[in-house]
Amino acid sequence: MTEADSPSAVTVVVHPVFRQAVLLIVAALVLIPLIATALGGFKTLGSLRVDPFGLPAHWEWRNYWDILAGARYWRQMGNSLVIATLTVVLTVTVSAMAAFVFVHVRFFGSGFLLNYLLLGLLFPAATAILPLFIKIRDLGLLDTYWGVVLPQVAFGLASSILLFRNYFRGLPDDLFEAALIDGCGYFGFFRHIVLPLSRPILATVAVITFVHSWNGYLLPLVVLNRDALYPWPLGIMAFQGEFSTDWHLILAFITLTILPAIAIFFAAQRHIVAGLTSGSLKG
Amino acid sequence: MLLFLPPALVLFTLLVALPMAEAGWYSFFRWNGYGSPSEFVGLRNFRLLLDNADFRTALLNNGLIIVVSLLVQLPLALGLAVLLADRFRGTNAYRLIFFLPYVLAEIAAGLIWRFVYDGDYGLLTKILGAFGAAAVHVLAEPDTAMSAILIVVVWKYFGFHMILYIAGLQQIDRTLYEAARIDGATAWQTFTRITVPMLGPTIRLSVFFSILGSLQLFDLIMPLTKGGPSNSTHTMVSYLYNFGVTRMQIGFGSAVGVVLFVICVGFAFGYKRLVMRDD
Repeated sequence: MTEADSPSAVTVVVHPVFRQAVLLIVAALVLIPLIATALGGFKTLGSLRVDPFGLPAHWEWRNYWDILAGARYWRQMGNSLVIATLTVVLTVTVSAMAAFVFVHVRFFGSGFLLNYLLLGLLFPAATAILPLFIKIRDLGLLDTYWGVVLPQVAFGLASSILLFRNYFRGLPDDLFEAALIDGCGYFGFFRHIVLPLSRPILATVAVITFVHSWNGYLLPLVVLNRDALYPWPLGIMAFQGEFSTDWHLILAFITLTILPAIAIFFAAQRHIVAGLTSGSLKG
Repeated sequence: MLLFLPPALVLFTLLVALPMAEAGWYSFFRWNGYGSPSEFVGLRNFRLLLDNADFRTALLNNGLIIVVSLLVQLPLALGLAVLLADRFRGTNAYRLIFFLPYVLAEIAAGLIWRFVYDGDYGLLTKILGAFGAAAVHVLAEPDTAMSAILIVVVWKYFGFHMILYIAGLQQIDRTLYEAARIDGATAWQTFTRITVPMLGPTIRLSVFFSILGSLQLFDLIMPLTKGGPSNSTHTMVSYLYNFGVTRMQIGFGSAVGVVLFVICVGFAFGYKRLVMRDD
C-alpha cells in the first residue's frame, strides 16, 4: 500500500521520512526515561553513576529479587488492589442504579436531582479535602480502607452516572415495554435486560474508576497514616524517602510497581484507551 | 424502584456536596480541627492568603502550567495526531507509546523524572556533562525547578490530547480534502483552512480539560519537588496540602480550597457558556 492509492484523511502531505523522524524522536523521549528506569534497577549504585543510560555491565538481579522476596511490595500492591476493587464495585453498582432511575422512572424532581449529582463534574476535589478529613475522622474511618473507598466512590458518581445514563437512553424503548408486558418488573428489567446489554459501558466505567483509584494519591495521603494500609503511591513515596539516594533500589521498586499497570495496558489497550478518552468525550 | 436512588444521593451529599459547602464555612474561622470551629475571623484567611508571596507564586505557577499546556502541549498533540491519523505500519505502536505516560500514575512518572533530573545519578546531568557542564541539580534550583516540572507536565499529558485529536480527525469528511487537493491547496492551507476549523469542537474540549487539569495539578509536584526549593514550585493544591493539611490549619486551608473552587467553577461555567456554546 502506498501513500498515493490511499488518499489520506488529513492530507497534510508530509514527507514520510520527516514523519518517521519526528515520530521516532518523540517515541524516544517517551521511552528513554522508562527504559533507563527499568535498566537502572539492574545496576549497582556505582555503575548507575557512571552510566545511567546503557545496559548494565553486570546484571544485578538481587535488587529486584530482594523486593519481590520482601512483604513490603506485596502489601502495598494488595492494599491498592483491595481499595480499587471495592471502589469499582461500589461505583458501578450505585451509579448504574441511579442512572436507571433517571432514564426509566418519571417522578417529580428527577431533573433537579440529576443536575444536582452532575454538579460533581465541576467541583475540584481538592477543595473538599480538609472538610472531608474532618468528616472521615468523625465517622471513625481514618486509617481504614473505607475511608478511602467511600469518598472515591462519591467523587466518581457524577461522571459514571452521566456515562450510564447516556448509554441506557440509547437502548430501545420497546425492550422496556415488552418486559413490562411479560410481567417483568422494574428490578427484573434492570437485572436481566439492561445490565446484560450494558457490558461495554460497564467496562468503560470500571476501567476509568479503577485507573483513578489505582493511581490516586491525595485522598489516601490524607486519610491513611499507618503504612500497613498504604496503597502503592504512598508506599513508593515512603520507600523513596527511606532510600533517598539509593537510586538503583528505588528504580527497581518503581519498575516492579508500574509493571502490572503497563502489562495490563498493553494487554487491554483498546479498551483502556477508549475507556479513558470516551469518559471525557461524553463528559 | 426509587430505592435505587438514595445510595448515590447520600454518598454524594455526605462526601462531596457537604464538604464543599463546609469548606466555604470553615474558611471564615481559625481552627485546628479539634472541637468545633468557634474563632470567627471573617475574611482574614483570604487576606492572609492573597498577601502571601508563596501563594501568589503558586497562582503564577498554575498560570505557567496553563500557558505551557496550551502553547506547547496542545500543538504538539495536534501535530502528532495529524501524523498518526492515517494508518501506516507502526501507527498503532506509536499511538500506544505516546499514550503510555498518561496511563502511568503521576507519582510513578514524577519519581522517574526525579531520577532523570538527579544531579548525581540522573540522565540529564550525564547528557549535559557530555557537553562539559558540571553536575546540575535542576530540581534543587529555584531558577530551573519550575521549568523542569513543566517539561514533565507536557511529557505526561500530551498523549491524552493526541488521542482526542485523532478521534476528532477521523470524523472529518474526506471529500473536503479531496476537494482541497483538486483546488491545489498547499499542505499548510489544508491544515489551517480545513483541519483546524473542522476540529473546532475537539480543540475547545481539549483546551477545557487542559486548563481544568492544570488548575488542579498536585500529584506530579509531590514526587518531584514537594513545592520546593523555598516554596518556588507550589501549585494551589500543593500549597493547600502543605499549609492547610500538614499543619492542620483547617480554616486557612479551606480558604485556599475556596479560591481554587471559585477559579475552577468560574472558568468552567464561563467557558461552557462563551466558548463551547455551540458544541
